[in-house]
Amino acid sequence: MATDIIIHDKKDNVGVVVIEKITPKQDCKCWIMENDSSASIQSIDEIPLGHKIAMVDLKEGDTILKYGHDIGKVVKAIRKGEHVHVHNVKTKKW
Amino acid sequence: MEIPKSFLGYKRENGRAGTRNHVIILPVDDISNACAEAVANNIKGTIALPHSYGRLQFGADLDLHFRTMIGTGSNPNVAAVIVIGIEPKWTKKIVDGIAKTGKPVEGFHIERTGDIGTVMKASKKAQEFSQWASEKQREECPMSDLWISVKCGESDTTSGLASNPTVGNLMEKLEPLGVHLCFGETSELTGAENVCAARGATKEASEKFMKTWNEYNDFILKEATNDLSESQPTAGNIAGGLTTIEEKAFGNFQKIGNLKFIDVLEPAEEPEKGPGLYFMDTSSAAAECITLQAAGGFNIHLFPTGQGNIVGNPIEPVVKLTANPLTAKSMSEHVDCDVSKILSREMNLSEAGDKLIETTLRVANGRLTCAEALGHKEFVMTKLYRSA
Repeated sequence: MATDIIIHDKKDNVGVVVIEKITPKQDCKCWIMENDSSASIQSIDEIPLGHKIAMVDLKEGDTILKYGHDIGKVVKAIRKGEHVHVHNVKTKKW
Repeated sequence: MEIPKSFLGYKRENGRAGTRNHVIILPVDDISNACAEAVANNIKGTIALPHSYGRLQFGADLDLHFRTMIGTGSNPNVAAVIVIGIEPKWTKKIVDGIAKTGKPVEGFHIERTGDIGTVMKASKKAQEFSQWASEKQREECPMSDLWISVKCGESDTTSGLASNPTVGNLMEKLEPLGVHLCFGETSELTGAENVCAARGATKEASEKFMKTWNEYNDFILKEATNDLSESQPTAGNIAGGLTTIEEKAFGNFQKIGNLKFIDVLEPAEEPEKGPGLYFMDTSSAAAECITLQAAGGFNIHLFPTGQGNIVGNPIEPVVKLTANPLTAKSMSEHVDCDVSKILSREMNLSEAGDKLIETTLRVANGRLTCAEALGHKEFVMTKLYRSA
């Protein structure tokens, strides 16, 4: 049952780390809340609790989906397993 | 879990019920704070609510000032009120507003008397109120006497994953019992505004929400020097993993579960359409938002936090919950309800909702919240624009 990463919606392209941190090249167990299914991913970066990991490769201009909704745009290409945060994603507001 | 049908509250003259039994000393304006604090210092069992405003305000800003003052005094968590202002007219206006509830209220003005004479007169009345209120007993009240407001703070991704949905679960379970519910934070719904508007129970409620949000957004676009990225999300939010205002908004929005809101309230406005969920137009700053919700008549507050906001309110008990295991451990003295086991999947959302209902009822029945025990009583008036 234990999980390393929780994904809100099956459409999401990011997941949230729910253990203290994940380390590079860690094989992580993921739980998709919406349909109670499982997935797995290998991390590239160290990512702390509460921060996001890319579940797929993302290119500049792509939309980040979380809760099944648009939460911002990719401003620097992100590889699957990398840390997703303010250094590579920006709001579409303002 | 079978949800209890009642709690132990203080029945008030106007039919409402309080979860607390405060006697407050309410200054009308900033320069009356010293007097109010002196009275509260003299007379045990009273609290002063000092604040920064109340002079030369005008228009909608002055209306909001009076609404907040009168609403605070009228809140059922307040047994009796001493109002102290510099001059008689505005003091009387607030006294008359509070008196409509039928509770004991008396006003004093400082001009032509001075601080010392006013403190003496007001202290005598405050002593009478304090001793009178001390004899009030808690009685069985139906759950529908609970008016629950919610606001999250120092949010992180654990808020959207678990603590906010826990509040949503509580709302879904308590709404059928006739509870009044209120969420706010106009600014922090930015990014989720259309999804939120769609939750209006009527077309009118949806349109009123969009009008409120658009007015807020126009103000931001007019006043902002660059953008809000320095303020929204906050540094604390970003440290907790939140990247954009949109992400924060969708997390915030989890607090209302699957409910629809029946009306949109002005800041500090009392709901008048009966039980159910209301949206109140508020700032997202914790103390300002809770002060407005308390003035709207809400008698217990639920506050999910990620990184650990510590806010309290002088009249409305603030119940804190967190799903962040680091916060639950490192700031345990601030956490009334720990739901971090959701993240490790040792607890499901419904179990967390039940745990929060249990905590909420214990607090409604009189258990001091962490914020109360630690002395948090942030009373912060919202000001719309500069004074004349």
